[in-house]
Amino acid sequence: MPIAAKFEIEYLQYMDPQGKLVRKDLPAFAKDLDTMVKLYKLMVSTRVFDAKSIALQRTGKLGTYASCLGHEAAHVGIGSAMKPEDVLAPSYREYGAQLFRGVQPREVYMYWGGDERGNDYQNEPARHDFAWSVPIATQCLHAAGSALAFKIRGEKRVAVCTIGDGGSSKGDFYGAINIAGAQTLPMVAVIVNNQWAISVPRRIQSGAKTLAQKGIAAGLPSIQVDGNDIIAVRKAMEDALDRARKGDGASVIECVTYRLGDPTTADDARRYRGKDEVEDAWTKDPVKRLRVYLESQKAWNEKKETALQEECNEWMDNEVNAYLESKAQTVGAMFDYTFAEVPADLAKQRDLALSLEQKVAH
Amino acid sequence: MAAITLIEAVTQALAHEMKHDDSVVVLGEDVGVNGGVFRATVGLQEKFGELRVLDTPLDETTIAGVTVGLAAQGMKPVCEAQFEGFIYPMMEQICCHAARLRNRTRGRITCPAVFRAPWGGGIHAPEHHSEANEHLFTNVPGLRVVLPSSPARAYGLLLAAIRDPDPVMFFEPKRIYRQYKEEVPDDGEALPLDVCFVLRDGTDVTLVTWGAEVKECLEAADALASDGISAEVIDLATLTPLDFDTIAESVQKTGRCVIVQEAPKTAGFGAEIAARIAEECLYDLLAPVMRVSGWDIHTPLYRLEMKQLPSVARIVEAAKRTVAAG
Repeated sequence: MPIAAKFEIEYLQYMDPQGKLVRKDLPAFAKDLDTMVKLYKLMVSTRVFDAKSIALQRTGKLGTYASCLGHEAAHVGIGSAMKPEDVLAPSYREYGAQLFRGVQPREVYMYWGGDERGNDYQNEPARHDFAWSVPIATQCLHAAGSALAFKIRGEKRVAVCTIGDGGSSKGDFYGAINIAGAQTLPMVAVIVNNQWAISVPRRIQSGAKTLAQKGIAAGLPSIQVDGNDIIAVRKAMEDALDRARKGDGASVIECVTYRLGDPTTADDARRYRGKDEVEDAWTKDPVKRLRVYLESQKAWNEKKETALQEECNEWMDNEVNAYLESKAQTVGAMFDYTFAEVPADLAKQRDLALSLEQKVAH
Repeated sequence: MAAITLIEAVTQALAHEMKHDDSVVVLGEDVGVNGGVFRATVGLQEKFGELRVLDTPLDETTIAGVTVGLAAQGMKPVCEAQFEGFIYPMMEQICCHAARLRNRTRGRITCPAVFRAPWGGGIHAPEHHSEANEHLFTNVPGLRVVLPSSPARAYGLLLAAIRDPDPVMFFEPKRIYRQYKEEVPDDGEALPLDVCFVLRDGTDVTLVTWGAEVKECLEAADALASDGISAEVIDLATLTPLDFDTIAESVQKTGRCVIVQEAPKTAGFGAEIAARIAEECLYDLLAPVMRVSGWDIHTPLYRLEMKQLPSVARIVEAAKRTVAAG
């Protein structure tokens, strides 16, 4: 019988879980040990930041928080490959990418600590990125719309969206890659497949052998990478970003990783997954394998590690203090950003709310 | 200057704004080559190209989400839901993102977008093509909900909607798309949003309405006048944010109010008007506030469709009851 279409999905890995290189054709950035050390430092910072966030939540100083433990290579790989002028549309746990782009830990704490100002990223280039998107996969279409804006205006910029394995089940994801394929949009969609969508495992999320192949349906170059291998993630990102910037359209990258922590601090993963599985996942830890590799290249040692941990802890303490010292916004601020200018009818409600505040104060 | 229909006024406004502002783009199903199923975007793709008048894949969620992304990058997208009955897949993007981007980022990211949809019944269309569902959006903070009721107001309000820095739901009453023509100069003059229009002065009863029912209300006012009853007719035009002051001023004068809406009665926008009158004008009332609305049923298929829409007779009868009450 004639074949109407055929496809295959490549799997990219440079570094195995033991920190050994499995192929020799390292990309340029990976040959530069200073760059690799920089990436390692950010992965460690992300992990320290994550631990601090959970500690804050456990001591009642932070609301519900979505941990990124285990995703450090995927997230830092995504963020570090992007150019400042590109735009990131994240879901709600891609801190490694966001810290790279200038989001401050205090802003993360502020958002999960119940304050909209956490989404008002002060530093470029994060300042022109989208804020966390809580409704699953909706941000993929914001990336597609941004990419369309870049194309219309002839700007050499790329929009990147990140979603989870669960997110790849949603129509918004398919809609985004579909229009990106139809209109050759400068976009990269990254599926961070951490095997679990809260309690639903990957095997019942989709019957597809890979999640990357969903991109094939939209006509996009699609690849699966070892999401715990920073070299593989960043290389796949660089290739996809280059294609998009050249006008060759969008790509899909599936980063295979593992959610080592609970989905959020409001959940307990022990209810639905076994200890053995998690212990096995720890043997593929992205941070540890990069450290082993850097040590084998004489680019890292125990002394540097201790200094880095101290530096990270100091940074986070400073950020936590800034967050804890911040005061809640005024009641008036609840109303001020609903529209560009407060409409007359809403101003009456604001005045009433403010007068009630004054009564409480007296 | 030739007189134009309401739908031609929509096209005229889109063309005017696209010509004067490069950031304005139009997107939706069949809006390009075909010029829209009602021809609202006819000729635009020829003038402004395939990217600025974009035929999208057939997915309303995509249209709404891409619109949010465009707007967040400083474009001014005007997207189309082909019929209001197909707007439901757009609601997540509209409610969770378009309406709250400004608020949740403290003004860092905004959404200057217009979501257009042919709205309401009365054209003998198939199922899902004749809904009046504006009330699903009037309860969403951060949205403006606008319904034009004449060619001139369609032109002026659409210009205002495109220029507005926040998202606007622009529902076009398809029953009056081609009902009549009037002269609408293409002068780029926008009408104010957040303002009700008093279309007819009266002293005995206030008829409050929006969309296609404006015409029925004006006809009811004529009928009432022949019976010696002077009716004031207010077209809300912008439902939210509401210009309640104009309604209050009228009700304080007439002491009576009939609210006319095409949508089902319970929890429709008329309920909000009635509640506000109860809160702020109760002691000005001479009679209970009445609502003439669609029944609390799904829009019937077209053999019985007109039985769902408030008729002139029902409006006249309700107005007379308020006059008889006191």
